[in-house]
Amino acid sequence: MTLSDFLILGAVLFGLSVAGIFINRKNVIILLMAIELMLLAVNMNFIAFSHFLGDISGQVFVFFILTVAAAESAIGLAILVVLFRNRHTINVEELDSMKG
Amino acid sequence: MSFEKLVFYTFAAILVYAATRVITVRNPVHAALHLVLAFFTSAALWLLLEAEFLAITLVLVYVGAVMVLFLFVVMMLDINLVSLKEGFMRYLPVGLGVAALMLIEMILVVRSKAFDAASMPVPVRHAADYSNTRELGGVLYTDYVYPFEIASVILVVAIIAAIALTLRKRGESKTQNPAEQVKVRREDRVRLVKMATEQPERADSGEHS
Amino acid sequence: METVYLAIVLAPLLGAILAGLFGPLIGRSGAHWVTILGVATSFLLSVYVFKYMVIDGHEAFNGAVYTWLVTDGIQMQIGFLVDRLTTLMLLVVTFVSLMVHVYTIGYMHDDPGYQRFFSYIALFTFAMLMLVMSNNFLQLFFGWEAVGLVSYLLIGFWYKKPTAIYANLKAFLVNRVGDFGFLLGIAAVVLYFNTLDYAEVFSVAPTMADATIEIFPGVQWSAMTVICILLFIGAMGKSAQVPLHVWLPDSMEGPTPISALIHAATMVTAGIFMVARMSPLFELSETALSFVLVIGSITALFMGLLGLVQNDIKRVVAYSTLSQLGYMTVALGVSAYSAGIFHLMTHAFFKALLFLAAGSVIIAMHHEQDIRKMGGLRRYLPVTYWTSLVGSLALIGFPGFAGFFSKDTIIEAVHASHLAGSGFAYASVLIGVFVTALYSFRMFFLVFHTEERFDAHTRAHLHEPAAVVTVPLIMLAIPSVVAGYWIDPVVFGDYFGSAIHVSAAHDVIGHLAADYHGTWGFVLHGLMGPAFWLAMAGLGTAWYIYTRERAIADKLANRFQPLYRLLLDKYGFDRFNEIFFAGGARGTGWTLWKLGDVLVIDGLLVNGSARAIGWLSGIVRQVQSGYLYHYAFSMIIGLLLLLSWFIWFAPAHS
Repeated sequence: MTLSDFLILGAVLFGLSVAGIFINRKNVIILLMAIELMLLAVNMNFIAFSHFLGDISGQVFVFFILTVAAAESAIGLAILVVLFRNRHTINVEELDSMKG
Repeated sequence: MSFEKLVFYTFAAILVYAATRVITVRNPVHAALHLVLAFFTSAALWLLLEAEFLAITLVLVYVGAVMVLFLFVVMMLDINLVSLKEGFMRYLPVGLGVAALMLIEMILVVRSKAFDAASMPVPVRHAADYSNTRELGGVLYTDYVYPFEIASVILVVAIIAAIALTLRKRGESKTQNPAEQVKVRREDRVRLVKMATEQPERADSGEHS
Repeated sequence: METVYLAIVLAPLLGAILAGLFGPLIGRSGAHWVTILGVATSFLLSVYVFKYMVIDGHEAFNGAVYTWLVTDGIQMQIGFLVDRLTTLMLLVVTFVSLMVHVYTIGYMHDDPGYQRFFSYIALFTFAMLMLVMSNNFLQLFFGWEAVGLVSYLLIGFWYKKPTAIYANLKAFLVNRVGDFGFLLGIAAVVLYFNTLDYAEVFSVAPTMADATIEIFPGVQWSAMTVICILLFIGAMGKSAQVPLHVWLPDSMEGPTPISALIHAATMVTAGIFMVARMSPLFELSETALSFVLVIGSITALFMGLLGLVQNDIKRVVAYSTLSQLGYMTVALGVSAYSAGIFHLMTHAFFKALLFLAAGSVIIAMHHEQDIRKMGGLRRYLPVTYWTSLVGSLALIGFPGFAGFFSKDTIIEAVHASHLAGSGFAYASVLIGVFVTALYSFRMFFLVFHTEERFDAHTRAHLHEPAAVVTVPLIMLAIPSVVAGYWIDPVVFGDYFGSAIHVSAAHDVIGHLAADYHGTWGFVLHGLMGPAFWLAMAGLGTAWYIYTRERAIADKLANRFQPLYRLLLDKYGFDRFNEIFFAGGARGTGWTLWKLGDVLVIDGLLVNGSARAIGWLSGIVRQVQSGYLYHYAFSMIIGLLLLLSWFIWFAPAHS
């Protein structure tokens, strides 16, 4: 059980979430989930480093990331609800009114 | 293969499977459920890394709150699933290509001489009475007390923002406005009318008594 | 004495401020009283200074009154140098100015800008006094510019008259050209002497005689020559020497009292005074003296010729001023500084007289200035007639009159000089005498004799103007006659003492003094010289042509048509300036506008950058698709690139 095992696991998770963003490009909910997954990968790295370096600060960071991620998903979902209420869709392709 | 390794590889396999399902299933409800599975397995892996408090937090906060919120939203919205899955196969190669490239690069970084992760010694296990929660709390309320407070403010902001965003006025709902009620004056409610006094008709019948 | 000197300068300034700023408050008579009192104070104090300095024989005063600032060891001060040269100038300036002030009461009687006018002429006097009393170059420059400024204001006094505005702008611009040279000259003085004080500069100057300056690589010029010529360029502007003379005839657009003031006492004499003041510098450079001499003689002869064809009474006098200024410059060129200053003084009197007389005629004729529409005025304007006669005789150098002494001295001095160009100068001044007599008496006869050429309406109102006009004429006529007898101390005596420095090699006056045997001897000598006979010839010619046989003039004009045209064109200086300088400036401006402003700044910098930004944004906005996943992709791609960079270029430190 070395550090690199955990890091590679985190990398695999991260790669999967990147692929998820690519292939689920239309569904905002899945996109948000992929972002959660990505954060999970990052947290995994933090905790692994914290453990192998014997430094508790890494866990403190994970704590904050969890807090901010919870806030982010709460607001993100709220926006999603409002968006759906107004546009009756969550298809990203149809959401281009911010086009330059 | 030690038991620890067995646990790690088992849970790692489940985690990768769950993550794969999250990004590939057609139904968002299923995706959310697979994400819950991913969180559970991650929590188990974190226990392996002696981060007991965070593992429990992940389950409580993420699975118990955030994912429930996700499910709630998914079910509340009437989503046309067919159109959302269009182009899935078309972007699969690109997505997998980019993901694979990123994975390879990250593995290269991890394996590289500059990083030297392999030489990191495996730390000694803590004693049985070691409390991760006490340790974390000790740091959180001393060195990181200001970020901690800021995090709480962020949460409050998020609550207010979420409510403010989704709040809508319904035309038919009946509400009171205390301010209006307090500042009401007599003129608003009572109307004084001036009119001639009315003479009662002279009743002749009364004289008989 | 310091108080007296300060009072001389400040009294006219006080008058000017009172009349200028509080004009409506003190009224018309208040305005002329304060300014006349101011100038009269200056005049009386000047007389007192004259007595103190010349009769009692006290030492010259040289001291600073106020230190403005000190920078790098150079003191910038207000200071007075009052020696005998200054005293003479003080007398001339304040006297003529006082006469002009009194005369103005009559001349400007009906003008709405009465107070303003008095304020200006008092300010003019102040500026000129600052100039002549200065003991350093800075204050000299201040006075120099102040005189230029006030002349601008005065020439354009009737600011609703387009020709006056044109004339004052012209005077200002031409003077700028001269002042540019003057300022460069002062800068050169500071560069070589590191001081602005006259006394220090003059004491060090002889040691600098051999200093050289290299303006263009490989060409060595004598520093003194460069300094002197630059300073003289300033004098050319102020004293209206060819080719910077073009502003002076046009300055006739101003009211006549200013013409008298500019031409006689103040502005144009500034240049002559300055060169005389700088005599210790000019003596060190024969080249500069030759330059001065040639410029002066060209002005003396050729500007006089122009007077022959002018019909405006004031313009004739103006060209005579140009010509006489040429004489003074010639005197300076041959190192006869005292003769130049002497001529300046006598000229101030009779030229002021002639101008004021011309003004008197103009008042009487209801502002008609064309001499072809006058004639026979002798009967109507006796005082003006006789004073004009005195002035004209003084101008042509009739024996016994002031102009005779000064002009004859100059001619003799030129004759005695051996400087390069003195032969040309001698010929010029001799012919100039004939020309002077011719145009002066052409005007005199056409105005006062010959048949009357005006209508009955004018004749009905024709009478001698009031006493405020005639008294100054008479007051000026007196020195126009007797000032000449002062030649004894001023030119041949030791009047100036150390104020003017003449090196032994150039001492033409000393040479003349050897043959000088008293005033009457000078007159007798003059009667036998060519100058007198030329003047008489000119006078006779004018008498014959203009009173007997007027047709000759027209015939001559027709016979020498090209020459006549050339003279009417004033040698084309004006047209040349208009085409070459004004047109050139306009052309340059147009080119800069088209190339610099329209093309480079507007086209390339302003609109060009706006267009470039617009074009760039048009391309960049394609990136801003509005699709969420595009932004996500670009972030991921960026992350990939960052990772790649880390892999390939990260330092392998451990």
